[in-house]
Amino acid sequence: MTPHFGLPEFGFLLRGLQWTVLLTLVAFVGGCTAGLIVALLRTCGRTTVEWIVRIYIGIFQGTPLLLQLFVVYYGLALLGLKLSAFVAVAIGFTVNASAFLGEIWRGAIQAVPRGQTEAAMALGLHYSARMRDIVLPQAIRIALPATIGYLVQLIKGTSLAAIVGFIELARAGQIVSNQTYQPLLVFGVVGAMYFILCWPLSWWGSRVEARLALAGQR
Amino acid sequence: MGYTPDFSVVWHAMPALLWGCVGTLGLALAGMTLAMIIGVAGVAARDAKAAWLRAIVIGFVEIVRNTPFLVQIFFLFFALPLVGVKLNPTATAIIALGVNGGAYAIEIIRGGVQSIHKGQIEAGYALGLHKGQVFRSIVLKPALRAIYPSLTGQFIMLTLTSSICSAVSAYELTSVAQRIESDTFRSFEVYFFVTFLYLAISWLLMAGFAIISHRFFSYPTR
Repeated sequence: MTPHFGLPEFGFLLRGLQWTVLLTLVAFVGGCTAGLIVALLRTCGRTTVEWIVRIYIGIFQGTPLLLQLFVVYYGLALLGLKLSAFVAVAIGFTVNASAFLGEIWRGAIQAVPRGQTEAAMALGLHYSARMRDIVLPQAIRIALPATIGYLVQLIKGTSLAAIVGFIELARAGQIVSNQTYQPLLVFGVVGAMYFILCWPLSWWGSRVEARLALAGQR
Repeated sequence: MGYTPDFSVVWHAMPALLWGCVGTLGLALAGMTLAMIIGVAGVAARDAKAAWLRAIVIGFVEIVRNTPFLVQIFFLFFALPLVGVKLNPTATAIIALGVNGGAYAIEIIRGGVQSIHKGQIEAGYALGLHKGQVFRSIVLKPALRAIYPSLTGQFIMLTLTSSICSAVSAYELTSVAQRIESDTFRSFEVYFFVTFLYLAISWLLMAGFAIISHRFFSYPTR
């Protein structure tokens, strides 16, 4: 007797959705913190440091997210760390986010007119005050659309945790689909849940981008 | 602890891994070709007179861009046989990659078409060029040049995304790696090495695209 797709199955998917959201939030907050460091190192003016960070970013941009997850997942286990699946994939996504957000913010920091930095230097502001009070507030505005775009990528990317075996929305969908033999209905619902999560963000992102483009014309 | 990484398994599996690379490139190339067809057709339909046709294209682009590729490929994997299309996993993967890439291609190509001003075409005719010449050197080449960076970037993204096709066991590098892993239990070594194979693939593609760009698109525009 196979169960049909009903309320209990829907509830199971919703619990998967919760894990997707939690995983995204943890990776995004962690990725923002680490990404800021990456962006600052990438623009610090020291050639060796900048090159190392550049290679770091290049590796993450040039390899599949799935393989990055595999390497982190099995690599951490190799180091003798006994971590839960959640912590392991969260670390994987955080490292990936640090590279992508770092590159986005690198571009934003460099897009702030050079005169701003020079004026701040002329006023005698040192590095931390210059960054905190002059450059970063302007860079955040420039980086906002791309950052939102990456957040959408991240939500979709967390589905790959399913392949490593962590039960989030996509994995929950696979399980329910195997139980009910109604793959189209189940993956349709799962897709709709992702869409409800991502689409408002995409819409917001393109609005912010349009507003920024308008401000740039003035 | 007491675990010593042993990369000799990777060395022994080298021929299989290199064939996996060929599989990945083939998958990506076939997927991108389909994506371009969908992209061109989509752009034509996106600016069609019929409102319902425009709505379908917009809906298609939004749905594909706001759902994970993994869910898309699972959906197609089960949906295609229901509509009478029985394909092996690799063919299914090509269709999934094409559909996914197509949604992005529509946006990219549309941007390129819009970058050509009408006045430029009129200027071409005023200079006495005939229709084919105008299309080739005033519409097609500048439009291709405008979208070239995004399009090649999309191709590399598609190549990396194709690793997810291992979830339906299509023939490509990641599923080859998974098979070697289950034979040898050397998970870390295999995946670590394969990650760098992917890096080599994307660097090769980037270098190739840069050469093509230099050969065909390096002319002054003003």
